[in-house]
Amino acid sequence: MTDTIQRTRGRSVEVEVLAVLLVLLVIFRGRLAGIVSGAALQTWTTVFVSVLVQAVPFLVFGVLLSAVIAVFVPRSFWARALPNHPALAVPAASMAGVILPGCECGAVPIAGSLIRRGVTPAAALAFLLAAPAINPIVLTATAVAFPGNPEMVLARGLASLAVAIVMGWLWLRLGRSEWIRLPRRPDLDGASKGRAFWSACRHDVVHAGGFLVIGAAAAATINVVVPEAWLQTLAAQPVLSVLALAVLAVLLSICSEADAFVAASLSQFSLTSRLAFLVVGPMVDLKLISMQAGVFGRRFAVRFAPATFVLAVLAAVGAGAVLL
Amino acid sequence: MNRQAQAVVLFLFGGAILKASLTDLYLRYVKEGLRPFLIAAGAALVLAAIMTLWYDIRGARDGDGAHDGDGARDGDEGHDGDVVHDDHDDHGHAHHEPRVGWLLILPVLGLLLVAPPALGSYTADQSGTVQIGAESDYPPLPDGDPVTVGLLDYASRVIYDEGRSLEGRRLRLTGFVATGDDGVPMLARIVVSCCAADGRPIKVGLTGGPLVDVPAGTWLEVTGRYTGKRGKDPVNQADIAFVEVQQWQPVSPPKQQYE
Repeated sequence: MTDTIQRTRGRSVEVEVLAVLLVLLVIFRGRLAGIVSGAALQTWTTVFVSVLVQAVPFLVFGVLLSAVIAVFVPRSFWARALPNHPALAVPAASMAGVILPGCECGAVPIAGSLIRRGVTPAAALAFLLAAPAINPIVLTATAVAFPGNPEMVLARGLASLAVAIVMGWLWLRLGRSEWIRLPRRPDLDGASKGRAFWSACRHDVVHAGGFLVIGAAAAATINVVVPEAWLQTLAAQPVLSVLALAVLAVLLSICSEADAFVAASLSQFSLTSRLAFLVVGPMVDLKLISMQAGVFGRRFAVRFAPATFVLAVLAAVGAGAVLL
Repeated sequence: MNRQAQAVVLFLFGGAILKASLTDLYLRYVKEGLRPFLIAAGAALVLAAIMTLWYDIRGARDGDGAHDGDGARDGDEGHDGDVVHDDHDDHGHAHHEPRVGWLLILPVLGLLLVAPPALGSYTADQSGTVQIGAESDYPPLPDGDPVTVGLLDYASRVIYDEGRSLEGRRLRLTGFVATGDDGVPMLARIVVSCCAADGRPIKVGLTGGPLVDVPAGTWLEVTGRYTGKRGKDPVNQADIAFVEVQQWQPVSPPKQQYE
């Protein structure tokens, strides 16, 4: 009983604090807008808000789908849908990424949900990497952005698929299940389906959304502070340019549906280095690392992201050497 | 963060998205085509907030803590076998649920209180002009005197078609003033392919005509003619097309500021 009372008090205080905070903000609105009047800070705010606004439909779509997976799709479905052997489930899950038309923000909660539902983590991670990179919308955008180089589409699709599959297999061989720490979901068990569905939606939006905010803030900072002139000097050097664009893809955290247009505009860079930008971006970037740390745990993210980065750069260079 | 606070944050976040997408505010940040998805996503967020509150109130009325998602029911571990669940993040007590969710207040403030303007002259000064692709053919300009031409279209016709389709026409270009090399004003517009995060400027040089003496960022409507003059962008050394100005006048920013 005391517990209930304490909880009630804790709850009401939180909502009240929120209410007071909002009232204060509305009162000091003019001053707040005044602080954000410098050109650089204003650009930062615009980029921050736009990364979030752009990601919201994909996040919400991904969260709804992952809640459907968590609540309405029976565990037995995944056992039937994916090959029993984990080594075969990895490429199957990667190919399944083709049917998810969205960007990376939606894939993180879906992958978390798949693991929760008993899908082998290796297959879920392969799906996580493949889905944002090889779906039809992203490949079409790539074709539109590189009208003179249709081989870019093929190179991007194959390199991304290869990274997803190899990362899945690597996880089977080297990954440890204790690296993944999914937040516990006590309220999903035993509750009615409707309650469990909305509970999963609420939790995932608040959780993944919060980390998306961190990622968007980081991306906006990079967008404002990295002068473009630095990139110019790097473009001339073949090895450095690949690394530079791979790192830039991580820092900028552009949605995978848009990154092809940005890559196309970096035309002083070689096609291979721009391919590295397109392969790395949907798999490793600031907002993804932040979201993965939130959904799968920090110990997972510090291992998974660097390994994916190295593999993605290698795959892009390989595909570039053969196809471009 | 307890469930009621989460519901309030979700409601505000969804409401901010709805407000931005039902007015023209969203056009400052993303492309027009995203609007229906934004409205749907905002509505889904608001609905999730309402359902959360509804279940919470109903659970509280039932009066059995079991529906509160509290420590009473965490029999979830048994099922997932190979995955360790994180106790740290939202163990037992409802108010220890994801604290990171508080950050969702930031975009709400950004959208409702600050509502930052569309990208403009600051971005144009920082980044090089967009690299224009060549079109396969350049159809004649539509009728009209002067005829309205987009900056991207103009620059592409100048650079890849030697201005053939522009000769002898009076042109009207709209953009904002950006500072070019040596402080000479240029006409610019931000090109956005997905959201403002990938926005890059397209710049067109101004030559001849009355001196443009308004501060950077002012929107202008320029009437002028094709000229063969070319320049280089000071940031990325890309080709820049010029237009010979006959007259210009300040205008209010268009609804869709991006090209």
